[in-house]
Order: sequence, then C-alpha cells, then structure tokens
Amino acid sequence: MDFLRPETLAEALALKAERPDAVPIAGGTDVMVELNFDHRRPPALLDLTRVPELQRWDEGLRIGAGVPYARIIAELGDRLPGLAMASRTVGSPQIRNRGTVGGNLGAASPAGDTHPVLLASDAVVEVASARGSRMIPATEFYLGVKRNALEQDELIVAVHLKPAAGPQQFSKVGTRNAMVIAVCSFAISLFPAEKRVGAAVGSAAPTPRRAREAEEFLASELDFSSPKPLLDSVKREFGELVSRAASPIDDVRGSAAYRKHALAVMARRTLGWAWQELIDGERACA
Amino acid sequence: MRVNLTVNGEQRQADDVWEGESLLYVLRERLGLPGSKNACEQGECGSCTVYLDDVPVCACLVAAGQAQDREVRTVEGLAEGDRLDPVQEAFVEAGAVQCGFCTPGLVVAAHDLLERVPQPSDPEIREALAGNLCRCTGYEKILDAVRLAAARR
Ligand SMILES: Cc1cc2nc3c(=O)[nH]c(=O)nc-3n(C[C@H](O)[C@H](O)[C@H](O)COP(=O)(O)OP(=O)(O)OC[C@H]3O[C@@H](n4cnc5c(N)ncnc54)[C@H](O)[C@@H]3O)c2cc1C
Ligand code: FES
Ligand code: FES
Repeated sequence: MDFLRPETLAEALALKAERPDAVPIAGGTDVMVELNFDHRRPPALLDLTRVPELQRWDEGLRIGAGVPYARIIAELGDRLPGLAMASRTVGSPQIRNRGTVGGNLGAASPAGDTHPVLLASDAVVEVASARGSRMIPATEFYLGVKRNALEQDELIVAVHLKPAAGPQQFSKVGTRNAMVIAVCSFAISLFPAEKRVGAAVGSAAPTPRRAREAEEFLASELDFSSPKPLLDSVKREFGELVSRAASPIDDVRGSAAYRKHALAVMARRTLGWAWQELIDGERACA
Repeated sequence: MRVNLTVNGEQRQADDVWEGESLLYVLRERLGLPGSKNACEQGECGSCTVYLDDVPVCACLVAAGQAQDREVRTVEGLAEGDRLDPVQEAFVEAGAVQCGFCTPGLVVAAHDLLERVPQPSDPEIREALAGNLCRCTGYEKILDAVRLAAARR
C-alpha cells in the first residue's frame, strides 16, 4: 500500500488523476474502521489532512471538505444552525474532532447525519479534478446506497451554503444521545422571505432525499407574512407527507413501519419548533 | 514506511510502519507506549483517546502517516515525573478505577474537558465523556472524579 501525502489541492488532484484507485482519507472515522477490520485493502491512501484549501471556510460560507464537525459547531453554529445541530449528534467528541462533512459526503451512507440538512438547505457540493471543477446540487449528489456523483479522479473540495434565511431544525432517532447511527432523521429549513420550506429525510430510503410534496404543501399552507400558531391538521398532514416521501427497509436498527411513524412525529415536532421560532422572532421585532 | 512524530514532547521515529496502520498500533507496538488501550478499533469505546495537536481523538482512527510531524500526547505524558496529574489523582481517590481498561482514555478526555471548561456542569461532564465506555464502574465514580479534579483547580 502507498501513503500519499499531498500538501496542496493541486497536488492532491494530480495524485488522484494518476492514482484513481487511491482512497482519500480525511478524519478517517469511516476509512480506518474499514482498514482495521480488513474490510478494505486499497492500493493507496490519499491523506487530505495536510491540504490547507480543504481545512478552511470563508465568509461566503464555502466550507472546506476537511473542516471537522467540532469546528462547524463552534465557528458556524450561528449562521448554519441546522448543520450545527446535525453535527452535534455525530458520534462523540472524539469523532466530531476528526470527522468531516467531506467524509460524510464521500461515504454517502443513507444514514449520514449531515445529508438531510444539506438537502433541506439547498447546499451545493463543489468537486474538482485535474480536469476542472463542478458544482453539484446536493439533490443530485446522492445516487444510491453509499454511492455518490463523484468520478474516479475527483475529490470533494467544499460545500456551499447560504446563511440560514430562517429557522432550521434537525432531529434524529437513536437508542441513546451519543454514538448512534440514525434509525431515521429529518431536517427542515424555513425560507420566510421566499415563502417556502426545505424538508428532507435521512436513513429512510436508499439515499437521503427531499420530501418535495411535503415542502409544497407547507409553502401553500403557511402564512409567512403574519405567522400565527399552526393548526394541528397542518402539522399532521405535513408529517404524513414526509413519511410518504420515505421508502425505508426493515433492518437491525428499526423496522420500516417504525421509521415511517417516527418520521411523521419528527416532521410535526420540528415544524412546530421552527414555526414557533418564527412567531417569537416576529414578536421580538414588533 | 517511516513515521516521525513528537510524542509526549520527545521526537520519535517508527520504522516498518504499514501504510494502513493506526496511530494506536504505532504507539503501543512500535514506540512502547501501551497506556492507550485497544478495545474496539472502531471509535466506539474511547479507550485509545490521545491528544493529536492538542485535540482529543481516537488513536485507532488516525492513520499512522497522518501523525507524521504532528504532536501526540498520551496518558503517559500527563504525569510530571512521579507526580500524577490532578485528574489522575482524582480518579484514584474517587475510586473511579476498577479494571482500569477504560481509565487512560477517560483521563485524557477529562483532562481536555477541564482545560477547556475549568468548572463544568454535570451535563457538560457527561457530554465530554460520552465517547468513552466503562464496563465496570457504572460511571458515578468517574463523574465524582471529574468533579473532584475540577473543585481542586
Ligand atoms: C464511533 C463512530 C460514530 C459515528 N457516528 C456517526 C454519526 O452519528 N453520524 C454520522 O453521520 N456518521 C457517524 N460516523 C461516521 C463518520 O464519522 C462520518 O461519516 C464522518 O463524516 C466521516 O468523515 P471523515 O472525515 O472521518 O471521513 P473518512 O473516513 O476520512 O472518509 C470517509 C469516506 O469519504 C471519502 N472522502 C473523505 N474526504 C473526501 C474528499 N474530500 N473527497 C472525496 N472523498 C472523500 C473517503 O475516501 C471515504 O470513502 C461515525 C463513525 C464512528 C467511527
Ligand atoms: S479502541 Fe479506539 S475507540 Fe475503541
Ligand atoms: S474500570 Fe473497567 S472498564 Fe472502566
């Protein structure tokens, strides 16, 4: 096995072009588990932790693929509350100190915690190769179970997000608070100025996915200009539509029926919290 | 391959390192530092917790080559000569050590917490130690130890 240690992004892309079989390693929290258990013996590892371009974010909220969760929580929590909430639920402090959004996207597990947030917040994934770079909307990034839109010679460079335009929520079901892979998860983003909603489910289909019908239903039902307490019937219908967007399976973590039920509950609750935040915000301004 | 790194303030060199090897293996098997424990090799138990450039991480999930030119501090590096670190002392006094397998990882995690938050609340302690499993103590004595170490600061 070779251990490749690029010091710049250009060098990393050149190495990846030369050695498309090299497995990128960032925080290593997925890759090292596979190596330790002999589930994978790649011909080469491509260490990305020394590539400075991947370790920083800028004011335009272009977040380097190698920024660990702990820094997203500490440095970006005010502008990206949804992503910070999801990041807080990842693994443990040790895992959050190493694990990255780039790694979450690279692994493309349907259970990855950042995916529903990225979908609900219109994230765009910047990928690059020696041939040039591409901007891939999160909605087009997840192709199947642990499959993403990356070509063999490409690396994930950054995630582009906009500062939260309104309240955001993330919710995840698991057996305890720390160290759980989601049984299922849900993210919602309100865009009051545009009078629309982003909503997405995780760990409840072969890929994380947006709940489009649920989004459209809310956009038509919610009165963003003068937000008032929501009718239970609206919350219930939203929950139903979110649940219907999923196509979960039975597995060791939970049954399909449980996942459908839990998604409806999470959707109702998170909508309630997000909407209340909007009402409270209006009051505070009045 | 060869890996050069600083461990507990000393420049160290490990030879014949397999490229897919973990930092934990290098520390234990190549550098003679068995303090960090190997229990799960999948980031779940925290018994291999070390500082990597001042940030606590699971050494089992760091590729050896990623530690090149970096600074590692293990549980062996906390005591000053024969004088235990106050966190270690508190663990002994509070009865937070039974079989001791989880202790090195917990001590490093608790040490980091108190560096960042000198007077942590109980929820803060629980959150900071959420990545460390103990099969013996039931955690109560471990919480006592962290409270004791905090009170003495
Ligand atoms: C104990 C434990 C608990 C965990 N808990 C959670 C959890 O609660 N929620 C969750 O979502 N995940 C969890 N994970 C999984 C993992 O921590 C996350 O998926 C994390 O985001 C991976 O990031 P990383 O930087 O460590 O990735 P790595 O392991 O370095 O890489 C992961 C994958 O992405 C590829 N990759 C990494 N960076 C790039 C890049 N820039 N370009 C192209 N490909 C790239 C790698 O080749 C690999 O295939 C857990 C893992 C462990 C060990
Ligand atoms: S051995 Fe590293 S976390 Fe268990
Ligand atoms: S003292 Fe035995 S595992 Fe903690």
